[in-house]
Amino acid sequence: MTDDLDDLRAAMKAATPAPDTKAKGENIALARKNFATLQGSGDAARPKSNRIWTGVKTMLSPLTTRGGRGGLVASTALIAIGFIALNPQLLEFGAQPEAVTLPVNVGQEPIEMQADDQFNGAVVLEEAPPATTLATPKATSQRLNRSAEAYDWPEVRIYPQPAPRPSIVLPEGDAVATAPAMERDTEAFPDAAANPLKITSEEPVSTFSIDVDTASYAVVRNSLMSGVLPPRGAVRAEEMINYFPYAYPVPEGDVPFQPTVTVAETPWNSDTQLVHIGLQGAEITERPPLNLVFLIDTSGSMQAANKLPLLKQSFRLMLAQLRPEDEVSIVAYAGSAGQVLEPTPAGERSTILAALERLEAGGGTAGQAGLQQAYQVAEDMNAEGEVSRVILATDGDFNVGLSDPAALEDFIADKRESGTYLSVLGFGRGNLDDATMQALAQNGNGQAAYIDTLSEAQKVLVDQLTGALFSIANDVKVQVEFNPARIAEYRLIGYETRALRREDFNNDRVDAGDIGAGHTVTAIYEVTPVGSGAVMADPLRYGDAVPGDPDGEIGFLKMRYKAPDEDVSQLIETALPEASSLSGEAQFAVAIAGFAQLLRGESALLDWDYADAIAMANGAKGDDPFGYRAEAVSLMRLAQSLSE
Amino acid sequence: MRMTTDDRSLGLAAAGGDAAAFAALLERHYDRMFGLAYRLTGQQAEAEDLTQDICAALPSKIRAYRGDAAFGTWLYRVTVNAAHDRRRRHATHAKAAKGWGDWEVNRQAVKSEAAAAQDWMQTAMMSLPDTLRDTLALVLDDLNHAEVGAVLGISEGTVSWRVSEAKKHLRALKGKETT
Repeated sequence: MTDDLDDLRAAMKAATPAPDTKAKGENIALARKNFATLQGSGDAARPKSNRIWTGVKTMLSPLTTRGGRGGLVASTALIAIGFIALNPQLLEFGAQPEAVTLPVNVGQEPIEMQADDQFNGAVVLEEAPPATTLATPKATSQRLNRSAEAYDWPEVRIYPQPAPRPSIVLPEGDAVATAPAMERDTEAFPDAAANPLKITSEEPVSTFSIDVDTASYAVVRNSLMSGVLPPRGAVRAEEMINYFPYAYPVPEGDVPFQPTVTVAETPWNSDTQLVHIGLQGAEITERPPLNLVFLIDTSGSMQAANKLPLLKQSFRLMLAQLRPEDEVSIVAYAGSAGQVLEPTPAGERSTILAALERLEAGGGTAGQAGLQQAYQVAEDMNAEGEVSRVILATDGDFNVGLSDPAALEDFIADKRESGTYLSVLGFGRGNLDDATMQALAQNGNGQAAYIDTLSEAQKVLVDQLTGALFSIANDVKVQVEFNPARIAEYRLIGYETRALRREDFNNDRVDAGDIGAGHTVTAIYEVTPVGSGAVMADPLRYGDAVPGDPDGEIGFLKMRYKAPDEDVSQLIETALPEASSLSGEAQFAVAIAGFAQLLRGESALLDWDYADAIAMANGAKGDDPFGYRAEAVSLMRLAQSLSE
Repeated sequence: MRMTTDDRSLGLAAAGGDAAAFAALLERHYDRMFGLAYRLTGQQAEAEDLTQDICAALPSKIRAYRGDAAFGTWLYRVTVNAAHDRRRRHATHAKAAKGWGDWEVNRQAVKSEAAAAQDWMQTAMMSLPDTLRDTLALVLDDLNHAEVGAVLGISEGTVSWRVSEAKKHLRALKGKETT
């Protein structure tokens, strides 16, 4: 039947019109103008009012210069204006989201230089004084610093909609450029810069929320297995470290978790030390009945073998872990929409499996209010003393009825208050929206896990199911105060998206991560003692004498947590110990921390390389009953060869 | 899809902030990009809007170009993705749900005999599901299956399968027409 295609090809050739010359000229001019605007934009941000106006101009000029479709142009423009009035900070229209991928020479040069040296008179800057074109993208990198919600929506685009809402848009081009061989079109990763080095005398206190997500490690593994180094933004050190279970000392008595702190020399820098903080959650012996509502994405993109079919298999594995008194319900969105399975006792396996089998991927339309329905079902199922959780399984299409990310988060946070939590399981690569997954799970007091193989499903849904579904301590925050007389500088490894403001530590209304039953959580600081050769910043010439007690401890650790169902937090305090050596468990965590930093290409590691990471991890594999650590070592080897 | 190394180095220069390289690349590729936009959307007006969208966003996107793929492949990729975005937006509004929509078909029908071949094409393209239509739009652009796969981020085998599916659709359509 090549005839058909040939016919079609000929017809297509004949039908394809030449581009409108006027439109072409305008479009190219627009692109060049935006290009010039972007290039000149690395400088300091200007006052907001100016930026808004520049933004409006940038945005409206392409719309108003077009002739011929007056009606469309007018309505679009009007709505755009209304939208700005509502929400000025969404104006990073066309702004560069990947702040860290900026070529170094671009952001730092003043635009006049470029006009002389590079543009060569070829580009006429329509915005006359260079200063007025400088602002837009800077705001994006500023947003990275919002502490309480420090993850960053990748890019916000403005759509002409009746109720204008920002949507998440992906860096498409990026996908092909980094990994042409892999099916990755609309992935979005939060791109937080690594935590900067802090000077103790200026900022002695470091505060963050714990993080029990593991998605980053699985994404990294998936990338490496496909022969590509993972995108930098996908590597989150804390999630890679916390992927592994560690055997830290178990809590005794009533406390839900036990902190263990070790200070030891840094493997990659003998002039600095690592402060390793390990939290071990208590195991629970008796658990309350569980109500699980699975909210399953059945959109067309879920059809791939590593998505819906894998989800079904994973689900089967998990079912065996549930007890007869637990209840399961399934709500699907897109494809087969609505409640697919009424709340059913977990004992009725055949009913549940039959409902699961009926799920089919197909259709692109979003099921309206899928999430609301799932929560409704969860609330109806909830009874005194039971635990309810919505588990969202998706490949990244979060079009679940609420298309505004902020409203979606608010909705989930609101439901969290009413006692229904949310966990997110990511499947497949392609349009995995890692940033959104993380944000949703964070707001829902749940875990974000990424499932790419059946063995990962085994880990998340079988081996660690209790931990994932039953939290034993909520809103766990960590605050470390360093003694400036002992520690000159410090740096928290990972937790970039989990930073909290200092005052939020004592504010019980500020949400933070939860520790599940038997979970371990690890945080690692690299600290530079006073007088060490590795101190980066010179002391101030006109500063006062450094405060603090040179004979005191090096620092003080405080943690706050809420017992489940309680609103008032409790405090755990302990002084940081003097330097000793790392336990085997801590050594493995440090090796993974080093691995993550190597993948992110961070400079703090000096000449420590993959070979060192492999040696260190190999020496600290311990029992490794599930083989997770052995797998990590082989991933390090893969990364080593890929990076050569 | 014979992209010279020249394109690639221009692309890299543009990614690094070279405005002249960017302008040269855009001039060179604009018509092909528009052509693909037309094949993807089926309407000149839509294609022009889509091209405008891409032009507006390209300066920020090109920063991510690292030369791993040929520039043409990369640009096609951006175009296909932008078309998806646009389609998704339209679907949300339930207006003009498909580029190859009734309105266009009717309009073309009025243009009558001269457009008979085009009519058949319109109907044929309209009858295809999105994924098959995208694939076909690229295949009809004289890309081979491997290149189409690179643009869509799928394997060559999947492209070949989609093309044969599309042919099946078209065959069925022809069957209907002749009976």
